[in-house]
This record gives sequence, structure tokens and C-alpha cells, in this order.
Amino acid sequence: MRDREGESLFVRNVRFFDPAEGVSGFGNVLIRDGRVESLGNVSPSGTVREIDGNGGLLFPGFVDLHAHFREPGFEYKETIASGSHAAVAGGFTAVCVMANTDPVNDTADVTRAILERARDVGRARVFPIGAVTRGLGGEHLTEMGRLSEAGCIAFSDDGKPVATSRMLRRALEYSRLFARPVIDHCEDPELSNRGVMNEGSVSSELGLSGIPNASEEVCVARDLSVLEASGGRLHVAHLSTAGAVRMVREAKRRNLPVTAETCPHYFSLTDEAVRCHGTHAKMNPPLRREEDRLAVIEGLKDGTIDVIATDHAPHASHEKEQEFDRAPFGIIGLETAFSVSLELVREGHLTLAELVYRLSARPAAIFGLPVGRLVPGGLADLVLVDLSGEWKAGSRGYFSKSRNSPYTGSVMKGKILRTIVGGRLVYDSEGEGCG
Amino acid sequence: MINKILATGAPPFGPHLLSVSGLSPEVLTGILDTAESFLEVGHQTVKKVPVLRGKTLVNLFYESSTRTRSSFEIAAKRLSADVINVSPTQSSVTKGESLLDTVRTIEALGADGLVIRHPSSGAPAFVADRLRCHVINGGDGCHQHPTQALLDLFTIRKRMGRIEGLKVAIVGDILHSRVARSNIMTLARMGAHVRLVAPPTLIPPGIRTWPVEVYHRLDEGIRGCDVVMALRLQLERAAGGYIPSVSEYARLYGINADVLDRLAPGALVLHPGPVNRGVEISGEEGFADRSAILSQVEFGVSVRMAVLYLLMGGGSEEAFPDKGGKE
Repeated sequence: MRDREGESLFVRNVRFFDPAEGVSGFGNVLIRDGRVESLGNVSPSGTVREIDGNGGLLFPGFVDLHAHFREPGFEYKETIASGSHAAVAGGFTAVCVMANTDPVNDTADVTRAILERARDVGRARVFPIGAVTRGLGGEHLTEMGRLSEAGCIAFSDDGKPVATSRMLRRALEYSRLFARPVIDHCEDPELSNRGVMNEGSVSSELGLSGIPNASEEVCVARDLSVLEASGGRLHVAHLSTAGAVRMVREAKRRNLPVTAETCPHYFSLTDEAVRCHGTHAKMNPPLRREEDRLAVIEGLKDGTIDVIATDHAPHASHEKEQEFDRAPFGIIGLETAFSVSLELVREGHLTLAELVYRLSARPAAIFGLPVGRLVPGGLADLVLVDLSGEWKAGSRGYFSKSRNSPYTGSVMKGKILRTIVGGRLVYDSEGEGCG
Repeated sequence: MINKILATGAPPFGPHLLSVSGLSPEVLTGILDTAESFLEVGHQTVKKVPVLRGKTLVNLFYESSTRTRSSFEIAAKRLSADVINVSPTQSSVTKGESLLDTVRTIEALGADGLVIRHPSSGAPAFVADRLRCHVINGGDGCHQHPTQALLDLFTIRKRMGRIEGLKVAIVGDILHSRVARSNIMTLARMGAHVRLVAPPTLIPPGIRTWPVEVYHRLDEGIRGCDVVMALRLQLERAAGGYIPSVSEYARLYGINADVLDRLAPGALVLHPGPVNRGVEISGEEGFADRSAILSQVEFGVSVRMAVLYLLMGGGSEEAFPDKGGKE
């Protein structure tokens, strides 16, 4: 992190690749004072630390627009330290953290405390997302000006939708002042009606109350209509249904200022996973049907869905080791997101360039973050990967404090070898075991 | 007696009974045949056989229940097992103990079998994965009620002489009914034609894959049926907006002698109990000969004896110290 005292490093023998900048080549990377100085056929000048990339692929570090680090307030689930460690182990060098902490990130003091803690930890860059309404209560707008000045890069009541269409309208209008997007968790609580998994044949068979697709889609429709009237910028969190993808596609065709994300679980799993993974397959929105999974992939292919985010949502084992309907929603995702997403490349849905773009430059651009590029002069936030390297998820534990993942035990392809933030080596797969 | 039971040759299943979904027609028939042989025990002056002597069964009921809990208790006692009833109001559950801690404690106390009823769907499977003792699902949420389906199957076979080819209508709140879910599976597997009759609000979503025909009108649904199974309506469904009122439900879906005489004159009527008189069923005296509601209760004990015996006693040497049978 520490930008001012950013470090110098010489990375030898890599294939560097940044599709957004059209950067692609083989050679070395010279990093000076935390920024990339030159790429390619360069040699180390002076006495800088060297690492050997062994011919691995070097991408711009991944940028996660949606994670929960649980600090302050729920440090037994995750801390900024453990979350950042999980992030860099998964190749994420920048993470945007949601506001549903305790206290909620609805004042500049909380924002500053999060940033200060992240600086002390010094692994991933952490970008706080401020609440849209005070205490996530849905009634009073937060002081977005102060929050922006303190470092909030977007606003969201994530965990729940912005409570009313009127409040959403005000938030979209007011946030224009700071050119920051409003992120909405799209769900109609009335239609969800305490549902615990996707509504469909699986929920009916398991006797679990369902969350229909319409629950997400009613809210996406509301948000797009409000956006059209209010202006501002809307970012739709974790799209999971075919209908929601269709609506966002149509809105983009009409040039509405909307962007969207999905998460690896929505394009890799369906509600069938609830049968074998139990509460580790419980998240909100829920895993949907196969038709929805395929529609989400289509959305990623044609750009309707801009980015892959993790919705990393750690919960302690005593919370997940409960009756299905009592366990909290959410799974961890930072450490598995890249490998799970790489499957899309292997199956021919996305090119590697498209995948890297949706994990780095594109998310950075949406929230206006100064990261996600591998170019001379850019911040040296980089990730070195071995695309064919195999590993078994969770076999060495996780760097996250929690282990609520449906992927535990799966053999994954695509290994994060090393992660560099601001020229500092913050993760080395050879160097450390999990905490 | 014991020899006779062993001679039924029921194929084994287990170690748990969590759902009926994995039970083949052979296993189902084996359970019914075993229950048949236990039926006699209930008619003896000494209503006991020693097949589960020395075993401990714990009834852990997180929902109120009279008939299921008593039925399991009587069944286990007739098999000479020790039975302990744990209900959450008088236990550490009210102190906030988790389900997992509660069942692990019960197991550590020496339970060989655990009957669990719980409002959360999947709770019995959840604990079975984490325990070594036998777990029997006594009804979980809206998911499964295996012993109810088995006793319904037994009652139908006993009263109608067969199951295959019968037309069975299940009427009522299918959406929230674990009884319906279990019965649909067992009846279809044994070759019955299953119809569901309910307003669209009480039919589970995504039901197209189930082996059933769906009807919304009672007259169409039960016409020509051999068996009509009415489900209990939770009276709070009206508040949940699933039906406009209990009285409208009773008018549209209530079973009475008129309806039966007109549409399915020979049909056997079942109800898992407890009955909301005047709602699901009215004027039972008018079709007493066709009502099997008390038979279900009586047969329930034998069926649960069969389940307990096959899970906890069957095949195990120590269960039969007196193989010669010396009651």
C-alpha cells in the first residue's frame, strides 16, 4: 500500500498481459516507487530486489467491487487483515468493501478507520463503500459529501435494497454531485418473503421456502425506471436471473448509465448445489436454475454484465453449521473467484482477454479507481498466475477467517503464484501456509 | 414372534430414515410386511417383544405433537426399548443451545436412536450427517414425514388390498405439507396414480417434474378416486394470503358425505390429523365406513415398530440375544 514509500522491484521472465491497454509481451517488468516504470526488454538498474516469474502470466491485479470484510463489528467472521490476505491470495489487489458493518459505514469516521486499518495491514488496497442511508435504515441519506472526502468510492445499502423508490431517486440524484455510483442489491423483500433459496422444483422438493426470480427482477425494473428519471449512475450488484440480465441489456441499449456485476457462483452453480453443499450454497440472491446460469454467461459474453465481483461474505462456522433456514446468507469468494471464472475461458465462453478485463480494468473504471492497468506509469498492482496450475480449494485452509465455501474440496485450475501491490510482494504461494 | 418377524425378509435400509426418496418398492413392501407382523403384538395381552431391549430411543420434538410422539414412544416400548422424550421448552434449547450441541449431547448420553421433529426443513439430515446414532425423521418443516407416508401406505394396502393402480387424491395445502411430499413419492413408487387438489396458491412452484396430476377444483380432482387424503390446513394460511378465508377454503375443498357420494362413492378417506372439523372434513359420521382416520393411528404404531426394528435391531447380533423367541 504505502504509496509514497512505494517500493522498487524487478520482475524477471514473465508474459505480461493487459488486454485493456493492448499490452502483451514477454520479458521483464521494472517497478520503481510503487509504479511500473518499464516493461519488456528491460534490465534491472541499480540495486533493486528481483523475483523470477518463471515464464508465468502477469496481469493487472484484480479489482473486486463487492466484498464484506466485516470490520468493524464482526471481527469473528473476518477482519480487514484476514480479508486482505484472502484477497491477495486470490489475485485481488483492490477490494471495495460494503458498508454493512457495525457501526455501519455511514460516517466519515468509520470510513477513515477502515482506511487506516487497511494501510496498517498493507496487503490489498481497500476502497470503502459508504451507506446510502444512515444505519442502512432506508430513511435518511448519509452525508455523501463527507463520506466521499473521507474516501468512499460508491454508495450502497447492500445486504438489502435501497428501501424505497423515493429514497433511491434522491440517492441517485444527490450522488451526481460527487460522480459516485449507487450500488443496489436488487430484491423485493415482499416477494422474497423470508425465502431461503431459489424458488423452483428444488426448493419445493426440499420443502424450503423460495425466493422467486421476480424478486430480483421487480427491483431491477424499479431501479432502471428511477434511474431514467433521476440521472446519476446505477451499478446493479450480483445479477443472478435471466430476466434481470435481459432488462439491463435493454437499458444499456438505450444508453442508461447503468453497469452490472455478477459473481462466480451464479455462472458456475445452480440451485441443485443446495442438495449437497447445504448452507455453504446459501447466499442472496440464491443460486438459480440452469437457464439463469446460462443467461448470466451470455450477459458476460455480450458485455451486459460488466464485471465479475465476489460478494465475499464470510460467516463463522457456528453460524453456517445450523438448520438451513436459520443460517445466514453468504459465501466467501476471494480465494476461488479467479479459478472458478477461468472455467469460462476453458469452456470457450470468454477469451482470456475478456476475463482479465472484467476482473481488472473494467471494475476499476466503473468506480473510477486508479488501479487495474498494467502500463508504464501505472500503479504496480500485479498478479502472477499459472493458468494450468492445479490446486484443491480449501485443502490448506483459507486465508479468510471463515470457510463457508461450496468449492471446498474442488480441484481448481488456475493458480495465483504471486501478488504485488504498489511494488511490494504481498503474496507468494510458495512462501506461506494459510492462517 | 421374533422368528416370524425375521422371516419377513425385509430388505435392509438405513442407517437413518430421513426421507422416503431413496426407498425402493422392495424396501417399502418389506417395511409394510414387517409392520403387518407387528400388528399382532398390539392385540396380545402382553404387548411387548424384546427385540430392542437395552436400546435407548430419544424423541426430540421441536414442534408440538401428540400422535407422532406418542406413537413412536408406544412403538419403542412395545419393542422393549427405553424411551426418553425431550421437548425444547423444558430443555437447554430455551437457553439458546444450538441444535447441533443438543443432539451431540443426547448422543453422548447414550442414545441409540433419535426421532427428531423440527420446524426447519432438512434439520434431521443435517444432524444425521454429524451423528453416529440412527436418526429418524419425525417430520421436518415442509420437507418430509416418512413414517406418516409409510403408515398411510400401510392403511391403504390394508383397507383396499392393493396400492398399484389406485387413484389417490391429496387435497389441501400441498405447498406447506411434508405429509404430501412423502406420500407423493411412496404412492407413485408403488404404482398409484397421484392427483393433487389445491388452489393455485397452495401448489408448490416447479411441480412439473413431480409424478402427479394437478387439479384446482375438488369435483374434478376427486372424481372416481379410490382414496381421498385430506391435509391439515394451518389456520394461519389465511393471514399469509394463501387463501382469502378458512370458510371459503372449507366451502371449496372440504370433504363431506355429499361430496363423496357424488364424486367418489367408494373412496377411502384419510387425514394425517389432527383434523380441523368443519374445515378439511365435516360430518365424518356420514361416511364413517369409509373413514380410515383412526386406523391410520392404530397402524401407525405397527409401522413405527417396523421402522425402529429394521433400523435399530434388524440384522444385528446383539439385538437378538434370544434368537429362539421366548416371549
